[in-house]
Amino acid sequence: MNELAEIISQNEEQIRSEWLRDMAKSQRSDLMSKAELEEQARAMLGAVEEGVRTSGPANFSGKGWESAREIVHEISTSRARQGFSPTEVATFVLSLKQPLFAAVRREQSKDQDKLFNTVWLTTEMLDRLALLTTESYIGAREELIARQQQELLELSTPVVKLWDGILALPIIGTLDSSRTQVVMENLLQTIVATNSRYAIIDITGVPTVDTLVAQHLLKTITAARLMGAECIISGVRPQIAQTIVHLGINLEDVITKAKLSDALALALQRSGRTVVRVGSNGNASARVPVSNGPIAKKED
Amino acid sequence: MERIPVLRMGSLLLITIQVDMHDKLALQLQDDVTQKISEWGSTGVLIDISSLEIVDSFIGRMLANIAAMSRVLGAETVVVGMQPAVAITLVELGMSLPGVRTALSVEAGMELLFGAMPGLRRESEDELGEA
Amino acid sequence: MSLAKREVMPLKNSSDVVLARQKVRQWAIDLRFSLVDQTKLVTAASELARNALDHGKGGEMTIEILNSGAKAGLRLVFEDHGPGISDIDQAMRDGFTTGGGMGLGLGGSRRLVNEFNIESVVGQGTRVTVARWK
Repeated sequence: MNELAEIISQNEEQIRSEWLRDMAKSQRSDLMSKAELEEQARAMLGAVEEGVRTSGPANFSGKGWESAREIVHEISTSRARQGFSPTEVATFVLSLKQPLFAAVRREQSKDQDKLFNTVWLTTEMLDRLALLTTESYIGAREELIARQQQELLELSTPVVKLWDGILALPIIGTLDSSRTQVVMENLLQTIVATNSRYAIIDITGVPTVDTLVAQHLLKTITAARLMGAECIISGVRPQIAQTIVHLGINLEDVITKAKLSDALALALQRSGRTVVRVGSNGNASARVPVSNGPIAKKED
Repeated sequence: MERIPVLRMGSLLLITIQVDMHDKLALQLQDDVTQKISEWGSTGVLIDISSLEIVDSFIGRMLANIAAMSRVLGAETVVVGMQPAVAITLVELGMSLPGVRTALSVEAGMELLFGAMPGLRRESEDELGEA
Repeated sequence: MSLAKREVMPLKNSSDVVLARQKVRQWAIDLRFSLVDQTKLVTAASELARNALDHGKGGEMTIEILNSGAKAGLRLVFEDHGPGISDIDQAMRDGFTTGGGMGLGLGGSRRLVNEFNIESVVGQGTRVTVARWK
């Protein structure tokens, strides 16, 4: 099928200028300059010719098509980033059909069968290239989304140091598998970095707790315990408490508190600290330990 | 044959695992620890695994065994410095290392063993009371 | 970055198990797996390599880089010609410390990887294939 390659190389100027003219109506001049577009068209056409010449229009996985595939991928991903729509990107390739068919018809009008075959191969080839643009486009988008998700995850789960050796992890929003991974790793690394024996996981901002969320939390707590740190869960709302019981989730080994302040009090106590009220003369002579609220606590 | 060194510090045995252990080395360590406890009358064993990037079921069992055997010989064991990635993997693997006490650092481990921190001494009692 | 896409390693003694997991670690690092994913895969490799050695009386591990479009991954195949496993379901359920079971820790290993496949014929051997994607 090197006739096609010949047709392309001999008619290159005309094909390209017709192509650019057709595209002028649809391509986004606000996103891409004319010069850039011309450059892309030139590169694309050259690569298509190389592909046809070396491997033929049908053998798309052949070596000759490598540079065309690369160029398509590059153009698609950069356009995706620039804000082109997938249709606009595919149209870039598809609008090559008209000028290419015109050239083929000019050269092969004498032989109807040959003309039909060439046109068929050409259209198949350009369709495949167009599909490639869509795949590359989607790939680039997914990468962007994944990156943004990651950043969002990292932003929304800060680990806060409440006191020497006591961390707090306020969780806002739902806890799914991938988020739990990030949260867990972040918390455990901070535990090591700050040498904190106690971590308070506050779930006031977690709307629902189902068995899956509970499992994720339990995994985190178990991992922390394996390392030598203790987790306390706080911010358990009444509805959450009910759900936990209804679902039969076993939290026997886990310390839970309704309020973050209760959790902090416990962590302070467990780490051998007590909070005293300082008398008006500035001395801590009146060593009355400050308790956390009027709730009667069992004297340990 | 190469061995993991077991150091003595008073009544304490200190073991730092820094190499990627093959199974025979791990078994040798188990033997050595029990041997030394008897020989020196140690009452505490501190195993530093902060350099261990992998703890699989075999190593996990080794740690649990050392803890159990030591207890029978009258010594307490603490494992310190477990890396986060290792902890996460162990949880996924389903190994909870029962009977193995852990601490974040060598200092924390020693405090645990010597009962130096008042709050800590009561840990075992608290576990029964507070929920 | 290791250029080889595939390599076979013997599992004939306990040092081989160490070498095998170090190889998995290196390839996982080259592929830029996260630290946690690396650790999970290497730990699974350690378990399965040991099984092939202890239960399967020796075998080999094949490590292979997988490329599926945008994703990269590692596949490990552990093959032995040992006695095989008669009840695979049972083996998958066994824990590590249960006295009666084989303690192969297959269920645990499965949780550490994305893909897990096991074939075994009694008297002929066992093949476990696992894969982890980035």
